[in-house]
Amino acid sequence: MFQKITLNLKKELRKNKLGIVAIIIILILVLASLLAFLAPHNPNKINIAQRMEGPGIQHFFGTDDLGRDYFARALYGGRISLSVGFFSMIISVILGTVIGTISGFVGGKTDSLIMRGIDMLMSVPSFFIILIVNAYFQSSIRNIILIIGLLSWMRVARLVRAETLSIKERDFVLYAKITGEKKFKIIIKHIIPNIISTVIVTSSINIATAILMESSLSFLGLGVQPPDASWGSMLKSAQGYLGEAPYLALFPGLLILLTVLSFNILGDIFRSAFEEN
Amino acid sequence: MSGLIIRRFMQLIPMILFVSIVSFFLMHLAPGDPIQAYITPKMGADTVERIKKDLGLDKPIYLQYFHWLKKALQGNFGYSYVNHRPVLEKITSRLPATLGLMGTSLFIAVLFGIPLGIISAVFENKFIDNLIMVVTYIGISIPGFWFAIMLIYIFSLKLELLPSIGMHSVGVNSFLDVVKHGILPSIVLSFQNLAVITRYVRSNTIGELKKNYVRTQKSLGSYRRKILFKHVLKNVLLPIITIIGMSFPQLIAGAFITETVFGWPGMGRLGISAIFSFDYPVIMAITLMSSLMLIFGNLIADILYGVVDPRIKQNEDLR
Repeated sequence: MFQKITLNLKKELRKNKLGIVAIIIILILVLASLLAFLAPHNPNKINIAQRMEGPGIQHFFGTDDLGRDYFARALYGGRISLSVGFFSMIISVILGTVIGTISGFVGGKTDSLIMRGIDMLMSVPSFFIILIVNAYFQSSIRNIILIIGLLSWMRVARLVRAETLSIKERDFVLYAKITGEKKFKIIIKHIIPNIISTVIVTSSINIATAILMESSLSFLGLGVQPPDASWGSMLKSAQGYLGEAPYLALFPGLLILLTVLSFNILGDIFRSAFEEN
Repeated sequence: MSGLIIRRFMQLIPMILFVSIVSFFLMHLAPGDPIQAYITPKMGADTVERIKKDLGLDKPIYLQYFHWLKKALQGNFGYSYVNHRPVLEKITSRLPATLGLMGTSLFIAVLFGIPLGIISAVFENKFIDNLIMVVTYIGISIPGFWFAIMLIYIFSLKLELLPSIGMHSVGVNSFLDVVKHGILPSIVLSFQNLAVITRYVRSNTIGELKKNYVRTQKSLGSYRRKILFKHVLKNVLLPIITIIGMSFPQLIAGAFITETVFGWPGMGRLGISAIFSFDYPVIMAITLMSSLMLIFGNLIADILYGVVDPRIKQNEDLR
């Protein structure tokens, strides 16, 4: 099963050069934010004398309004943006997968109850709710991860449930049922391995949406708070210096775009690789 | 058909109740006591008690909810903490700006998304298709606020072609002026939906072109163009209505951000500023209003889809 998937993935990547670029970009960004401490400058060292110097050899991305090295700040900002994206994806995907498989596998009243519940949850504009909740509880990075994760599992659950419904009727599951295997065991042994491709695709897309969400929150001033910085909150302060130092707004935005783009492309590559299966 | 509509309306009732509960309890989730907004330090304890009683804040919370719901159904959402104007009046004065912006953006997205998707599909894997696909990838990945900032930088700061903030120039009151102010926000708000619609039309057209009936028509000697416009489009375009229904959450979330960046005087910007000033009655009303927009947007899309495609039966549970 997994060998076949990797084979398809290789084939897909050979066909689609964009996918290789996306993977390389993600690897570079992850490495860069992990190794941010190697940056030539301290991201928080204020130096008013070198205020808003344009990009150059000394400071790759220039310096910000307080003379801090923008490149180092972007690396540390990326660390926060990426980890918010990653960890809230983990929460939403685990929740969505568990609820979706239970709903699809158990079926009947439980299923329609869960589905109606999801309909209801999705009838509230989650972005506004996330904003409100973030404003109420002093937003720490941990809270942002929790809030985004807890409010974006519904789509995953719907997809997983649909997948479970179709797999449930396959012969090998019916056989397992007839031979009296326990429900829990059937889910673990037969259902989960077969929905894993859907889960991987949505994980990639969910990282992308979570990063976008965090950056919007931080841009509005309701996300990551100083002294921490994420790409979104860097853009918030850059907005005020658009006339004098447009590069301050350029770099963090480009980084968000590149990251989200790469995860979206990766998701599509996974999808077409699995569809060939 | 009418059965479907009635059933869908019945399903709305628990949804609207849920939304109202969420909206109400958001206020009580908040740190601090809502009474704080009505009292000053000079007031005596008995005055505070009296105000509490007047506002119904001394009653158990579920009674407070029903009280609020009853008033909300009558169109009374209370008074803003910030300037003590009726909340309903505040929101309705902002609503046309938001609906105008959202309507224009949706229109742009559909107007350009459909032809782009068809072109892309017809020229699958050719240069033009790759180009359109790259643009749509950017469309679904770009942070709206950053796109807005970049447009402001180029078109307002550098080229000085378009205004960057607000809805009217000072002292000018013409439709053309509003249009000029609305161009950049509509572009920002429509881009993501444009990308989604394009991708959707493309993949469906490609799938449709590979079906047997197309092959049969081709072998019978029909022109490619004739097949495309006479048969394929009909099957591709119907489900667009569902896609439009699904784009409402994004439109609403986008409106909060776009309106804030461009200073567009709509409901979204009111919502963001209400959050910052902890103006609970306004926050509650906007949560309720935007949820209702979402619910009814989906409902209209569902019903329209049923109207144009009579095959839709009451098998929604299979969704």
